[in-house]
Amino acid sequence: MTTVLTNLGDFDITAIEGDGLWLTPDDAATATGWSLRPEGLCRGDVCVPVPSDRTTDFVSDGKVNMAAFWHHLGMPAAQTKGGDVWALGEGANSRADSLQSLDAPDFSLPDLDGAMHSLSEHRGKKVLLATWASW
Amino acid sequence: MSVWQKLYDELRDNNFIVIAVAMDARADAARSWIENAAPSYPALIDRDHRLSELYNMVNVPQAVWIDEAGRIVRPAENAGAFEAFRSLNFETMTVPEGKQQTAAAAKATYVQAVRDWVLSGKDSGHVFDAEQARAHTALPSAEIAQAHCHFRLGQYLLRHDRVDEGQENLVEASRLHPASWNIWRQAAETNDTGLAAGPEFWARVNALGDSYYYPPVDMAGMPK
Repeated sequence: MTTVLTNLGDFDITAIEGDGLWLTPDDAATATGWSLRPEGLCRGDVCVPVPSDRTTDFVSDGKVNMAAFWHHLGMPAAQTKGGDVWALGEGANSRADSLQSLDAPDFSLPDLDGAMHSLSEHRGKKVLLATWASW
Repeated sequence: MSVWQKLYDELRDNNFIVIAVAMDARADAARSWIENAAPSYPALIDRDHRLSELYNMVNVPQAVWIDEAGRIVRPAENAGAFEAFRSLNFETMTVPEGKQQTAAAAKATYVQAVRDWVLSGKDSGHVFDAEQARAHTALPSAEIAQAHCHFRLGQYLLRHDRVDEGQENLVEASRLHPASWNIWRQAAETNDTGLAAGPEFWARVNALGDSYYYPPVDMAGMPK
């Protein structure tokens, strides 16, 4: 079992042993939001073609190598030495574009009882979003 | 949190809400603080410091003003916390009275600005227009984005009792994003009061010399 940590959550997935992070297209889409289509890997309206000279680095035997794809897009990733846990992050450019748009990024976080709250639930109100910490 | 509660009680009928987010890897560390404050607004736990990544935050307390349409009208900034602790006298463990007064004035200035925004909306002199808001937004670098990956992985590993691997990732996160005290202090040894304020913390504070940690808040009336 491989654990993949993304903006969409923490996912326990059956991955293929070996170099990279080989996932079924369905698992890849669930964990990352990127779907394998004939035109390439797509999220929303954006499609990135699979590099034609290195197809087998990205897609092989019905699986997609999300590690290679993340690297290809220049997006940040970190993994354990054994490759059993991966964190796939959002790229700095994408974050910067989001912040420059001035649309407040939505999030969903739990309270002490575990109930989830989203920023978007409070649309229509002014929100003071304030951080603190016990440390 | 009691400051926010008072402000929320005063202004809650004006289409206003506070969302307080604890940047705490363990909810139990934040629990007693929240239970004592008993806030009537959402008090959330951000174990993976998701907001640090989304809003490019580096320390607490930082705050963002978001209007009714979900637009940022003041990006992440120091929420009126004057760095009075920088003047701590280690022999008496007190902060000089003058600095305490400056800290109180800074907090009061910030709270009054929030009040003005809630009551006056976009006519408030404290609301940035889009151009100003963008100019006040710190943007993440590739190193910062990579640091958040290591932090996320490190927290996951620590939660699963993989301490050495977890710490390695937190150290790497801090190396890639040294300006983030959120990353460093979460990972740091905590002292017996639960505060990450051991010798290494003070070494980092002293290394700042005369420079500010936070960029000064660009707000009319804010003490420098």
